Amino acid sequence: MTSAVDPNLSVAAAVSARPDAAPAPTKIKVENLNFYYGQNHALKNINFEIPEKRVTAMIGPSGCGKSTLLRVFNRMFDLYPGQRAEGSVLFDGVNIVGKELDPTIIRTRIGMVFQKPTPFPMSIYDNIAFGVRLHESLSKSKMDERVESCLRKAAIWEETKDRLHTSALGMSGGQQQRLCIARTIAVQPEVILLDEPTSALDPISTSKIEDLIDELKQDFTIIIVTHNMQQAARCADYTAFFYLGELVEVAPSDVIFTNPKQIKTRDYITGRFG
Amino acid sequence: MDATLTSRPESGGYAGDIRTAKPTGRTADKVFVGLLWGCGIFVLVLLGLIIAMLFRGGLPAFAQFGLDFLWTPAWNPVTENFGALVMIYGTIFSAIIAVVIALPLSFGIAFFLTEIAPQALRRPIGVAVQLLAAVPSIIYGMWGFFIISPLMAAYVQPPLIEWLGPIPLLGALFQGPALGGGMLTAGLIMAVMILPFITAMFVETLESTPPMLKESAYGVGATTFEVYKNVSVPYGKTAMVGAVMLGLGRALGETMAVTFVIGNATRLSASLFAPGATIASTIANEFPEAAQGSLKLDSLLALGFILFVISFIVLALSRFLVRSNLKS
Amino acid sequence: MSSLAVRRTKDYAVKVISTGFAVVALFLLVWILFTLVQKGLPALTTNVFTKMTLPPGHNGGLLNAIVGSLMQIGLAMVIGTPIGLFAGTFLAENGRTSKLGHITRFVNDILLSAPSILVGLFVYAFLVNPFGGFSGWAGAVALAILVIPVVVRTTEDMLNLVPVGLREAAYALGAPRWKVVTMVTWRAARAGIMTGILLSIARAAGETAPLLFTSLGNNSWSTDMSAPMASLPIAIYQYAGSPFDDWVALAWAGALLITMSVLFLNVISRLVLSRTK
Repeated sequence: MTSAVDPNLSVAAAVSARPDAAPAPTKIKVENLNFYYGQNHALKNINFEIPEKRVTAMIGPSGCGKSTLLRVFNRMFDLYPGQRAEGSVLFDGVNIVGKELDPTIIRTRIGMVFQKPTPFPMSIYDNIAFGVRLHESLSKSKMDERVESCLRKAAIWEETKDRLHTSALGMSGGQQQRLCIARTIAVQPEVILLDEPTSALDPISTSKIEDLIDELKQDFTIIIVTHNMQQAARCADYTAFFYLGELVEVAPSDVIFTNPKQIKTRDYITGRFG
Repeated sequence: MDATLTSRPESGGYAGDIRTAKPTGRTADKVFVGLLWGCGIFVLVLLGLIIAMLFRGGLPAFAQFGLDFLWTPAWNPVTENFGALVMIYGTIFSAIIAVVIALPLSFGIAFFLTEIAPQALRRPIGVAVQLLAAVPSIIYGMWGFFIISPLMAAYVQPPLIEWLGPIPLLGALFQGPALGGGMLTAGLIMAVMILPFITAMFVETLESTPPMLKESAYGVGATTFEVYKNVSVPYGKTAMVGAVMLGLGRALGETMAVTFVIGNATRLSASLFAPGATIASTIANEFPEAAQGSLKLDSLLALGFILFVISFIVLALSRFLVRSNLKS
Repeated sequence: MSSLAVRRTKDYAVKVISTGFAVVALFLLVWILFTLVQKGLPALTTNVFTKMTLPPGHNGGLLNAIVGSLMQIGLAMVIGTPIGLFAGTFLAENGRTSKLGHITRFVNDILLSAPSILVGLFVYAFLVNPFGGFSGWAGAVALAILVIPVVVRTTEDMLNLVPVGLREAAYALGAPRWKVVTMVTWRAARAGIMTGILLSIARAAGETAPLLFTSLGNNSWSTDMSAPMASLPIAIYQYAGSPFDDWVALAWAGALLITMSVLFLNVISRLVLSRTK
């Protein structure tokens, strides 16, 4: 590894293990996107492409707009009056910002996992079935299959198979978060948004989730917002750095963490601010 | 991992072109949101209807007597001469007595519950005080009528009449025979009824005092009571005034408990022991004898309208004070 | 400045007085309950539950009043609970920022503490007078109007405690709003909402004033909601004020019954809430 900056050694080591920065077709294309919380201009003219079946990380200090952008992708901001987006986000070439498309349809294609685990107050089984029932009517056996396959994909089947019909609220935080991932993939989205999915978890749970992310990118396009730069380096094929509502730099992770073009990026990843 | 489980099932049903996909549950959503708004607006309309119906019902009385209705002390069904003064006086006076009695008790109990009581006892004692608010008002009426009134007649009223009656001016409050009932007894019973409301809001407000403020006062050597008096109470002052107003508002409209003990005399009397009447007790008492379409019934509805206006002002003020404290 | 000794003594005195006040409040509760048991229990015979209200000296009971109360309360809950639930949900979902929400919340707070006798008077002027007289329907409507603000208030408060993330997670799965609210938000707050409903039953059960001019009371057996209908509070009111000892005794029995039910509902609702916290 040669670089102009003095990289955080462990970050560099993590990056060197990543093989997957090969070119891929664009899944989501952000064009001239601006976002406002009332008067507050939170995202400023963002242009950005997200490749299919890759992991893209969005990093930056708190308030930089990375979570805001994530919530534009699934139109979560629609829930709050006073928040609005201008510009376009093309999902397979179709603009998903704007009133033409119903947000519920977008959300079935673009799933989301949140910072804190959000198990619904129902059984483990019903947590998975909830989303599926919204969109499909499956027979009992098909539903059982779907639940099992999703729990397996989320690497939580072994821990839950004997208590599928007990409340999900009794699980540990890490298990709950993997359940939430299982619930998200049960709806068969094409993109999964992860909003700091491990920030509320212990290191062991965190590494399980990170392994899972690696598995999931075979089937899904993954966008992850994280505060943890090592996590971005370990998991992401591409990393985008945001600062004060602007996209400063986006590049393959090994480039961004070892040889960033912008001074701001370099300062951030070497820990000078943020 | 099983290969068939990891592959994407084809039968998604929604995996086609996103532009032509049909959203599910849109109609149900419209109906549901419509219901939410409808019920929200219904609550608004309900209050409007109550005001409008009471006003409309009382209109003939207002037309007959004009604004004089408000300060006419007469209530004479025989001559059909009606005025609200006695009841307005009784309503406000008895409610103020209730607040005056309940206030120091609430201050003390709130102090006890927030500062003195051992942690394990706070909840059970707090709940027990709250249960006083759950006892139905007719029960307070019976308790007041059968238990408190005789005690007042035997032990409280005679000495007060004897000692305080002869004093000029003040003595006017303590005149007449010791019948047990009257304004003071009504106020006393209502004090017990509003005590839990005021106390609960006091406790809630006091508990919101930032610990930093209290700790810095303790830090300079203040006693528990000094911290309560000089830090916690001033900090929550606005909301606590609001709590007292809420108690007052509740007492103004109290019906059954008062009806049992106040004596229901539509005469004006300064004495705390003389039988009196409140708007609510008059409505409860006189309604059965008011024929449909009679001026008396109209006057009762007019009384109801006046009570509503008084209550509304007091309750709105209370809410304004309580919420303004929450915001800051 | 007062000396330390004086300040300490003052502090001690206030603590003693405050503790005394708390003891007084507890004593009052015990006194009321004791009175009810002392006077009500001897009169609480099987007659109370098996016989109608009868003229004095005929060993009557309160059966028609109990049944009438249950019917009116039941109907009031059927009318009031959904309206209150939806209006409370409206406040939690739409009313946080909208002007209509602020006004509705204000109006609901007023309704919550407004004199209940005026609700009775309103229903009299609105339903009884124009539509053929006193009836169980009118009584139930009056009670429903008292139920609504209690349910609205607790529903809103409890829904506001549901984490925003939980709602967003349901929306993120592509759920339409009605499913998010009914299957996730309501479910997450169900213990709290239940508490509100139980408390509103307790409130409706104890109210007398709103029934005076609506269902009026009825001394004979009637389950016809379109006729005047007996109720426990009205029977107590009528009997307690009478000069007949056996009627007064029955009033105490009814009072014991009603207070115990109401306190029971209150305690249960608190348990439901604390168990899930």
